Amino acid sequence: MKYVDEYRNKEIAQKILRQIKGISEKKINLMEVCGTHTVAIFRNGIRKMLPSNINLISGPGCPVCVTPISYVDEIIALSRKEDFIITTFGDMIRVPGSTSTLEKEKTDGADIRIVYSTLDALKIAQDNSSKEVVFMGVGFETTSPTIASAVLKAQKDEINNFSVLSVAKIMPPAMKALLEGKEVNIDGFICPGHVSAIIGSEPYTFIATQYKVPCVICGFEPLDILQGIYMLVKQIEDGRAEVEIQYERAVKPEGNKIALDKINEVFKMVDSDWRGIGNIPLSGLEAKDKYGKFNARKFEVEIEETREPKGCRCGEVLRGVIIPSECPLFRKACSPENPQGACMVSTEGTCAAYYKYN
Amino acid sequence: MCLAIPGKVRKIFDDRTAEIEIGGIVKNASLELIPQVSVGDYVLLHAGFAIEVIDRGKALEIFRAWEGKVD
Repeated sequence: MKYVDEYRNKEIAQKILRQIKGISEKKINLMEVCGTHTVAIFRNGIRKMLPSNINLISGPGCPVCVTPISYVDEIIALSRKEDFIITTFGDMIRVPGSTSTLEKEKTDGADIRIVYSTLDALKIAQDNSSKEVVFMGVGFETTSPTIASAVLKAQKDEINNFSVLSVAKIMPPAMKALLEGKEVNIDGFICPGHVSAIIGSEPYTFIATQYKVPCVICGFEPLDILQGIYMLVKQIEDGRAEVEIQYERAVKPEGNKIALDKINEVFKMVDSDWRGIGNIPLSGLEAKDKYGKFNARKFEVEIEETREPKGCRCGEVLRGVIIPSECPLFRKACSPENPQGACMVSTEGTCAAYYKYN
Repeated sequence: MCLAIPGKVRKIFDDRTAEIEIGGIVKNASLELIPQVSVGDYVLLHAGFAIEVIDRGKALEIFRAWEGKVD
């Protein structure tokens, strides 16, 4: 048992599909809010397997994509300062700011390094004590505990030249914003498996109780996704709205308490801007004042005026209002080689996934 | 970006890091988010951290539920 191939069993997939087809003929819209789900759904051809009454919609599940342009401009401004090293996950390096990207700044001489882990960024800080090392803190709840861990280790080991420019985000408030926006009729949420491994199932309860929208926390292999869809369709047909966990091998109802404690120790919840959605109350994480010396917003920078790429409809794609092919730039001015918006840059972006698999 | 991959814990070191094997490749990872883990367990690895131990019993339920099911 290696927990991968076993969940790609075709016979079981066919059985689940037959059950899904037998349950309901209603028109059902299900939204996934995790970029890893978006890619898994495309890679495994899940849309094509499903009966035509079940429509899968991609939501704001890619942290790179929902990062506002002004934040990219902020990190670019920091990268231009003398004796600064910017550390980042690889996904962010090609995301366009108003007039530049980190990749361009690197070509022009800025010290920008791709890291695999926040602890690698911390090591770079230890090895370069005469420089300021800033980590670009993009991510959802899966990643936030790893950022918090790095800050706590920096505090313990007195690595005072390390800091984080945080735009870490929290997913349930964005789901609420989409429901309140009422632009898309969402009948059920395929909830993010690895975010939920950290936060558990309770933070989605209000979606089921207040908005009467079923939620199922799903894994990422084909059988996981199909079983999750089966559970959602069944809830809808039964007239139930509950939070269920399909991905029980990795998600406990209470989440990962140690990871949550680390997040709560280091960060406070703040209002946060989401690209395409706008400002969502208490949907972001910023270092608490007691960890202020590790908050890169202590550095003064001049940030250029934000310029959105003309014609780019990333925002509507992120809200699930349009599919990428409805954007006039898609496959024309905008491609993975020459991306105009973040949704085409990240491998988990909806536009990039449509481009690659459709 | 919230990708996490299952891997098998091969060795656990005193500093709460571990060697984790994923498809024949061995990676080092921090265990500080999941203190209760043993050699041989499968964990989910995300950005250099093991974020959860995979529950073998729960993992098998999907097969129990569907393998015997007659359409």
